[in-house]
Amino acid sequence: MVKDKKKSVKFDLPSKTTTSRTMDEELESDEDFLPDNENIISASEDEDASGDERKHTKLLEAISSLGGKRRKKLAERSEASLQVSEFAVNAEGAGEKVVLSDLLSSATEASRTDGSLTKTQKQLKNLEKRHATLELPLSHQQTEKIQREAAFQKASKEVSRWESTIILQQRAEQLVFPLNQQPNRPRRMEQVVTSWKTQTPLEQEVFAVLHAHRQPTLDPVLTPVEEAQLQAMSLEEAQLRRAELQKARALQSYYESKAKRERKIKSKKYHKVQQKAKRKAFLKQFEEMCKSDPERAMEELQKMEKNRIEERMSLKHQNSGKWAKSKAIMAKYDLGARQDMQEQLELNRQLTHKPLPSAELHGDSDHDDDNNDPTLTNDDQTLPDIANDASANQKEGANPWMKMTAVMPTAMEAEPKSIVVTTDSEPTEVAASGGGGGDAETEEERLLGEFARRRQLRKTNEEEEEEADEEARQKDEESSQAAGGPSISFTIAETSEEEEEEDQMDEAAASELNALFGRLAKQGQQDAAPLATVGVASMDTLLDEDTTRVRTLEEAELLTETHSDTAPMVESEAAAASGHGNKHAPKVKRRQKIIDLEQVLTKQAKSIRVPMTAPAVEDAEDEALDEQTDVIREAFAGDDVVLDFLKEKRKQEEASKPKDVDLTLPGWGQWGGLGVPVKKHKRRRFLKKAPPSVPRKDRKLPAVIISEKRDSSVATHQVSQLPFPFENPAQFERSIRSPLGSTWNPELAVRKLTAPRIVTKAGAIIQPLSKDDVMSSKKTPGKRGAPDLLLGNVEQGKAGHRPTAKRKKHKK
Amino acid sequence: MKVKVLSRNPDDYVRETTRDIHRVPRNYDPTLHPFEVPREYTRALNATKLERVFAKPFVGSLDGHRDGINCMAKHSKSLSILLSGACDGEVKLWNLPKRECFRTVQAHEGFVRGIVTRFCGTSFFTVGDDKTIKQWKMEPPGYGEQEEPLNTILGKAVFTGIDHHQSGETFATCGQTVDIWDEQRTSPIRSFSWGVDSFSCVRYNPVETELLASCASDRSVVLYDMREATPLKKVIMKLRSNTLCWNPMEAYYFTSSNEDYNLYTYDMRYLDNPVTVHMDHVSAVLDVDYSPTGREFVSASFDKSVRIFPKDGGHSREVYHTKRMQHVICVRWSADNKYILSGSDEMNIRMWKANASEKLGVLTPREKTTRDYNQKLREKFQHHPHIRRIARHRHLPHDIYKQRREQREMKDARRRKELNVRKHSKPGSVPVETEKEKHVVTVVE
Repeated sequence: MVKDKKKSVKFDLPSKTTTSRTMDEELESDEDFLPDNENIISASEDEDASGDERKHTKLLEAISSLGGKRRKKLAERSEASLQVSEFAVNAEGAGEKVVLSDLLSSATEASRTDGSLTKTQKQLKNLEKRHATLELPLSHQQTEKIQREAAFQKASKEVSRWESTIILQQRAEQLVFPLNQQPNRPRRMEQVVTSWKTQTPLEQEVFAVLHAHRQPTLDPVLTPVEEAQLQAMSLEEAQLRRAELQKARALQSYYESKAKRERKIKSKKYHKVQQKAKRKAFLKQFEEMCKSDPERAMEELQKMEKNRIEERMSLKHQNSGKWAKSKAIMAKYDLGARQDMQEQLELNRQLTHKPLPSAELHGDSDHDDDNNDPTLTNDDQTLPDIANDASANQKEGANPWMKMTAVMPTAMEAEPKSIVVTTDSEPTEVAASGGGGGDAETEEERLLGEFARRRQLRKTNEEEEEEADEEARQKDEESSQAAGGPSISFTIAETSEEEEEEDQMDEAAASELNALFGRLAKQGQQDAAPLATVGVASMDTLLDEDTTRVRTLEEAELLTETHSDTAPMVESEAAAASGHGNKHAPKVKRRQKIIDLEQVLTKQAKSIRVPMTAPAVEDAEDEALDEQTDVIREAFAGDDVVLDFLKEKRKQEEASKPKDVDLTLPGWGQWGGLGVPVKKHKRRRFLKKAPPSVPRKDRKLPAVIISEKRDSSVATHQVSQLPFPFENPAQFERSIRSPLGSTWNPELAVRKLTAPRIVTKAGAIIQPLSKDDVMSSKKTPGKRGAPDLLLGNVEQGKAGHRPTAKRKKHKK
Repeated sequence: MKVKVLSRNPDDYVRETTRDIHRVPRNYDPTLHPFEVPREYTRALNATKLERVFAKPFVGSLDGHRDGINCMAKHSKSLSILLSGACDGEVKLWNLPKRECFRTVQAHEGFVRGIVTRFCGTSFFTVGDDKTIKQWKMEPPGYGEQEEPLNTILGKAVFTGIDHHQSGETFATCGQTVDIWDEQRTSPIRSFSWGVDSFSCVRYNPVETELLASCASDRSVVLYDMREATPLKKVIMKLRSNTLCWNPMEAYYFTSSNEDYNLYTYDMRYLDNPVTVHMDHVSAVLDVDYSPTGREFVSASFDKSVRIFPKDGGHSREVYHTKRMQHVICVRWSADNKYILSGSDEMNIRMWKANASEKLGVLTPREKTTRDYNQKLREKFQHHPHIRRIARHRHLPHDIYKQRREQREMKDARRRKELNVRKHSKPGSVPVETEKEKHVVTVVE
């Protein structure tokens, strides 16, 4: 067998190379080199030669057998066909081998005629050179070991796929077994009736019709689409989707209900606040819009402009209507009415206020507008200008009224204002300090004054126009100077809006007004001192009316104190205001304290910083405080808590101090007995001094006693070591500190907090984890858009598949 | 004119039914409910005490075998059926709710070595000392019919254990070799041997269902893959493992019960060291079974006790014993995670609650919330010494108690000696060996 193999191998080599050539060539070459070959003569071709050979070998054998040594080589019959080779390579006899050199020789012969054989030649030579033998196969044990190794690697890799699932399960807050439980829903008909078949002809007919219409026969409940849906959407996905929908619906309903509620609210104040907030938000947005989207900003601006123009045309918020008049009557007594009116005015101011960017964008057009109807400008800009001028006369910079939008309150607090109070017919001027956000009364007064003044001014403008014309002509020069000076300083101090409006003013109108106010200011300076006191007096009367309830003597005293404090102060303030600045000293009340709250109460009382408001309110607070002190005093009537505590603390301190130990023995080394004193030096010698005491922890805390003794009864309930999973004491304490029970937590929170980690269903077999469970659970949370897509695909697929199936059926 | 009056919605204060509890408006302001930690601590203490008071795990015993119970099997589809094989070759089928035997089969001559139900629950397989594998119908034979096995396969050697594939028609037996059988054939489709002469237990992995593990008498645990021609790997330990059980929820963990009183949980990918060594028994551990949730397992021991271990805890959380219970040969955890069944030498099968103080039967919602709350409280305050002492206290039979003490002393002595040896020898020459490392001799690939 081996021999044969070798032969075949050796024959193959040249044959491979020859395949590349065409068949004709091959034939030719065969023919070529066969006659040339002298050494090897095939039996089939030349019988004579082979006959000679045989004779020769027989002769040789006969000779060798004579020696009697070679018995093995018996004459044997060999079939001619065995020795025949189409490549003219011959191994002689059964035991002979074909040697490579034989082939080579033939090849070399061939190479002379055919050059392509050189390659084969080389290969054969190489083959001859190589001596390496194949290695023995590995031992059985070793192969098995390798196999085992490989198999184990495979198995462990396979098993490792579960790692993520296992980790997930370990970390899960709650696991409900059996996993992947399907809810109990009514089973489908096809599941219930599986063995039912159509039998009667009628039934068959019906089913034929149903088939024709592609109605599902076995499962009448579900159409193919529904089926696809069922397949596409697993339970969890459906739940997810449902939850989402629910959430969306809930949000919508919340929003709707909120809107409804807000619409129903009747409080005007609420709506006002809302609107204000909206407006603010809008302004903010508008600023951003100016940068990002100028076109839209322009549109908005135009809208605003229109609004402003409309507002300026109407008398809507000018407090000139019936309502305003009635309110004005009430205003003296009713704070609410006053506030209402103030709000109206403010609204007007805001609406007519020209926004800054509009000035920049539409400067020219505004100029035109304003110039076209000067009456309008007069109407609503009388107040600001007057105020400006007044302030200018008093040598003050900013005019708070002009920047109403946001600067208003701060300006009020920051700067003193001049206020013009007019009585019903004659304009008199009282310069009083507005006092940084000061008394409500003064403010109200001021407001009232303002209303009156505006009304008055409108009148005076009309009445005095003629007079003013004349006067203006007379004092033209000085007035122009006066107007020019302040106007310059004004432009420096004020923001650009005021500049604009200032610019808009007609020269003539300005001069008239300046002249008027120059006069008024002079009058005011003359009357300032007496009128201030009058104003204060009127304020006091107002206060008295409002809310003062005196209960005890002390309160009464306090009241008087405050009055006496405030009265001169106001005077001084008024004086100061008439001069130049505002120094408004804080009102200090001193109250006799019987029990120090800090000493008695363990907790620090919250001190609320309230901006100074009307003294009436303060009075109320005082009252409350006094009531409290009363109550406390009553409660601790008999005992001096503080002193007791201090005593106790001292006692504890004494007890905790280490004491000297006296080791003297009476009668030791001297006479002892009743009335015999121990000698001093002896006592000193045997006295064991205590070590200096460790400073107490509470030595700097007057209201605390800290005991540093360990309470053994408590110790059994305390954790001595940090338990395992926690990394630091704080963590552990945190875990203990938060309560779980329904006493401290609402129902749902409790349910969440106390949810058990593992929930099993009674009477349900818990199957081991299976691949289906994991695969289905892994599939679901990934994509949310998936179900729809899937559905579509399935439908398409079904639509695609169905006709073919049908066709098949038809074929059958 | 509109008149405004105070009005309340009756829904806010009227109960829907008389069985409803009264609605109590609550104010959760923490200042109104002070001392939350001390109050909860007291509650936790009470809960712990009550738990111990109500800890009565013994449910009942199944009496009827005439020899020691050697093996048990759960029904794969029904919770109420238990199969048990005794040392006299008798197999009994039990109705657990009624606690009575409804069928008895004389299955083998000599011991019934192994019993397992088919995954569909319609038949079960037994192997015995008479070198046969028999398949039986689950239903008892009809009137007048003979009690005969469906199939009988006669093997060449004694079979010591059997386990069925989770969902396929193959099963595995062990004896002198580990054989994989097709249900339809009478000769094994595959048989594994690895230079050992006998195996005591073979178990299929319930999750990665083509994997198996077996305990061999050469103190090794061997892993197989049913699809491969050769075993995968084996780990040789200091003493022999009796049985093993795969975790039904975590594919690569299995626990083996060992003759050295311990149980070892291994990760099958890393056999060099066990993941956890579970110690507490005082005699050889004979059987182990995982809870179906894969969180705990139960072990039966020659020391006449049954212990429940958390899967990653080194010590048991529970020990069950009774005066009359002898060496526990086999133990099973019921498929609903509620009960534990132990079969012992003295011919009884005992049923225990898996959670000793659990209330059986239907719980009202309020009972449920209380149970959950108490459970959480106990968990929260478990590190407090007072509570821990109460929660951990168990009564032990004198023998076990004494032996435990003895063994602790022995262990301490060994440790001390090792320390001393280390102290008096060249540093590094006596390596520090962890408890996990101590028990594994080698891993053969």
